[in-house]
Amino acid sequence: MTINALPPALIMILGGLLVPLFKGRARQALLLLLPVISFVNLLQIPVGSHWILPFLSDQIVLGRVDKLSLIFGYIFHLIAFLSAIYALHVDDTVQNIAGTVYAGAALGAIFAGDMFTLFAFWELLTISATFLILARRTERALGAGFRYFMVHVAGGLCLLAGIIMHVSQTGSASFGLIGLGTTASWLIFIGIGVNCAWPILHPWLTDAYPEATITGTVFLSAFTTKTAIYALARAFPGTEELIFIGAAMAAFPIFYAVIENDLRRVLAYSLINQVGFMVVGIGIGTALSINGAIAHAFNDILFKGLLFMTMGAVMYRTGKINATDLGGLYKSMPWTCAFCIVGAASISAFPLFSGFVSKSMVMEAAALGEMRWVWFILLFASAGVFHHAGIKIPFFAFFSHDSGIRCKEAPPHMLLAMGISAALCILIGCFPQYLYSLLPYTIDYQPYTTSHVLAQTQLLFFSALAFTLLLLAGIYPAEIRSINVDADWFYRKGCRQIYRFSRWAFDGINEWADRTFAQQFARLLAQFFEDPGANLQKYGYRLLVETSGIEGQHEQTAGKISSRSRSASYPVGIGVLLAVMLLALTSMLLFLM
Amino acid sequence: MSRQPIDFDEKPPIGIDEELGMFDKPENVKRLLRIFYTSVVLLLVVDIFYHKHAIFAWEGYFGFYAVYGFVACVILVIVAKYVLRPMVMRKEDHYDD
Repeated sequence: MTINALPPALIMILGGLLVPLFKGRARQALLLLLPVISFVNLLQIPVGSHWILPFLSDQIVLGRVDKLSLIFGYIFHLIAFLSAIYALHVDDTVQNIAGTVYAGAALGAIFAGDMFTLFAFWELLTISATFLILARRTERALGAGFRYFMVHVAGGLCLLAGIIMHVSQTGSASFGLIGLGTTASWLIFIGIGVNCAWPILHPWLTDAYPEATITGTVFLSAFTTKTAIYALARAFPGTEELIFIGAAMAAFPIFYAVIENDLRRVLAYSLINQVGFMVVGIGIGTALSINGAIAHAFNDILFKGLLFMTMGAVMYRTGKINATDLGGLYKSMPWTCAFCIVGAASISAFPLFSGFVSKSMVMEAAALGEMRWVWFILLFASAGVFHHAGIKIPFFAFFSHDSGIRCKEAPPHMLLAMGISAALCILIGCFPQYLYSLLPYTIDYQPYTTSHVLAQTQLLFFSALAFTLLLLAGIYPAEIRSINVDADWFYRKGCRQIYRFSRWAFDGINEWADRTFAQQFARLLAQFFEDPGANLQKYGYRLLVETSGIEGQHEQTAGKISSRSRSASYPVGIGVLLAVMLLALTSMLLFLM
Repeated sequence: MSRQPIDFDEKPPIGIDEELGMFDKPENVKRLLRIFYTSVVLLLVVDIFYHKHAIFAWEGYFGFYAVYGFVACVILVIVAKYVLRPMVMRKEDHYDD
C-alpha cells in the first residue's frame, strides 16, 4: 500500500537531529514547526497497518493506526507543540534535541505494530528523557538522571526478555492483546509497569522529574507514563491485577504529596495518583472504563502539563520551588496564578473542567462493576488530589504568607502555552463530546447529571473545608525543609550499604591475602632461599637442640653454619656422605619403579 | 541552569512594604471565608431536597459525599503528619555523602 506520508515518528526524530544545524530564530521556528508538520503528516495516514518491513523471520510494523493509537497520537502532538512554545526561550542544543526526539520516540512507540519496534522506541524514550534531566547541569540532576537511566534500562531489559520469550513461544512479534499468564507476559507486564510508575517501581519519577530542567519536566510529564498506559490498554485490558495496582497508585502518593515541600515533587506525586485512575480503568476492562482511562490520560497530559508549566514559570522567575520559600506571588504573577488555578480545578475534577468528564467515567465503571473498595479508594483519592494538587499548589505558591518575592510575570511565550492549555482544559470540561468522539469505543456517557455534579461539588467543597479548618487550627502540617524518603531509599541507601559491605568483605580478603602471601610468605621464601643449605642445617640443628634439651653455645654453632655455608667450606667427608645418600636414594627409587 | 537567562537583576515592580494586595487585607480574607462557609452550608442543605440517583445505595444518603470528603481529608492530613512524616522525613542532605 502506498501512501503519501512518512512513518509517524520520523519527522520529530529526524527533525530533532537537524536542530544543531540551525541557530536563533530559525531554530525556534523549526522547533515550533516540527510538531505541526508531524501532525499534518499523521492526518494523511489512513487507518490500518503501514510500513511493514521484513525483520529476521518476522516483520516490523512502523505505523499501526487505529482509534487507540490515534488519540494518543493527537494528544502527543498537541503537548509537543505546547511544550515547544513554552520552551521557546531555551537556547540549549541538548534540550532542544532531547525534547523533540523524546516526543518522536513516544509517537514511534504508540504507532508500533510489533514488539521490536515498540522496544526500540521505548529505549529511545529513556535515552532522550535522561538528557532532559541531565541538561539541568546540577549535581543533583546528574545523580537523578543517572538513577533514572539505570531504573529504565532495568525495566527495558525486563521488557526485552519478555518480548523475546513471547515471540519464541507464540511465533509472532505483533503487539496486541497479551493478557497475564505465561512468564513472558509477566515480564512484559512488569517492564511496562516500570514506565507506568507502579508502587515500589515508582521512585524514578518523583526522584527525577523535579530535578529536570524547567521546560524538560513539562515534556517528561506527558510522554513516558502515558506511553505505558497506551501499552497496558493495548496488551492487558481487563487484567484484574491492574485494579489493585491502580488503586494503590491512586491512594499512596497523596500522603507523600501533603508533606512534600518541593512543589514540583508534589506534582510528581499527583502524577502517579492520576495515572492510578487510568490503570484502574484499564484493569476493569469494560468499554466505559477503558474509554475513561484513555480520556483521563488525554486530560492529564493537558492539566498536568499546565501545572508543571505554572510551577516552572514560578521557578524561572524566582529561582525557587520550595513551598517554604514561596507565597504571595499572585500580585507579581497574576496570569500564571490564574492558569494554575485552572489546572488545579481540572486535576481536582471540578464540574466544567476537564478532569471531571474523564475521572467520573472510571469511577462509574468501578461502581457498575460492584467494586466497592476500589470505588471507596478512588473517591478518597479524588478528595485527596484536590487537597494537595488542587489547593496546596496554588495556595502555597501564590497566596499563603507573603514571601516578599517581587518578580516579573512569566514571559509571553510561557503565558501563551499556559493559556492555550488552560483554555483546552475548560473547553474539554464544557464540551466533552469532542473528546468522547475520539475514544476507542463508541459509548453514550453523560457526565453532567444533577446527581453527579452535586456529589462532586459536595465532595470537593467539604475537602476544601477540611483544608481551611485544619489550616486555621494550625494542624495542617507546616512546610519543612526536608526530604521524604521513599522506595528509592532501597537503592540510594541500600546500594551504598551493599557497596560498603562488599568493600568490607572483599577488601578484607584482599588485604589478608596481600599481607599473608605477597608480604609475609614471600619474605620468608626470600629469606630461606638466600641461603637454603645453611637455613636447612640451622633448622635441623635447632630442632635437635630443642628436642634433646642439650645446653651449649647455640649462637656460635649457628654462626659457624652460616659462615661455612657462605664460604662453601664443608669438610670433604660430609660431601661424600651426601653424595652416597643421594645415590642410594636414586637407586632405591629406580628399583621401586 | 547555566544557559537559561533569569532576570534576577530586574528591580521588583513594587516595594515590599507598599500597598497590600487584595488577599493580604484581613477583611477581604474574612469576606471570602464567609462566602465559602455559606456555600458549604448551602450545598449540604441542597441534599435535603434533592435525592441523588446513584449506583450504590449509600450515595443517596444525606450528606454522604460531604462527610466523606471532609473525613477523608482530615484522615489524610492526620496520617500524613503524624504517621508518615515521622517515618520518612530526613534532613535535606540525607542522600549526600
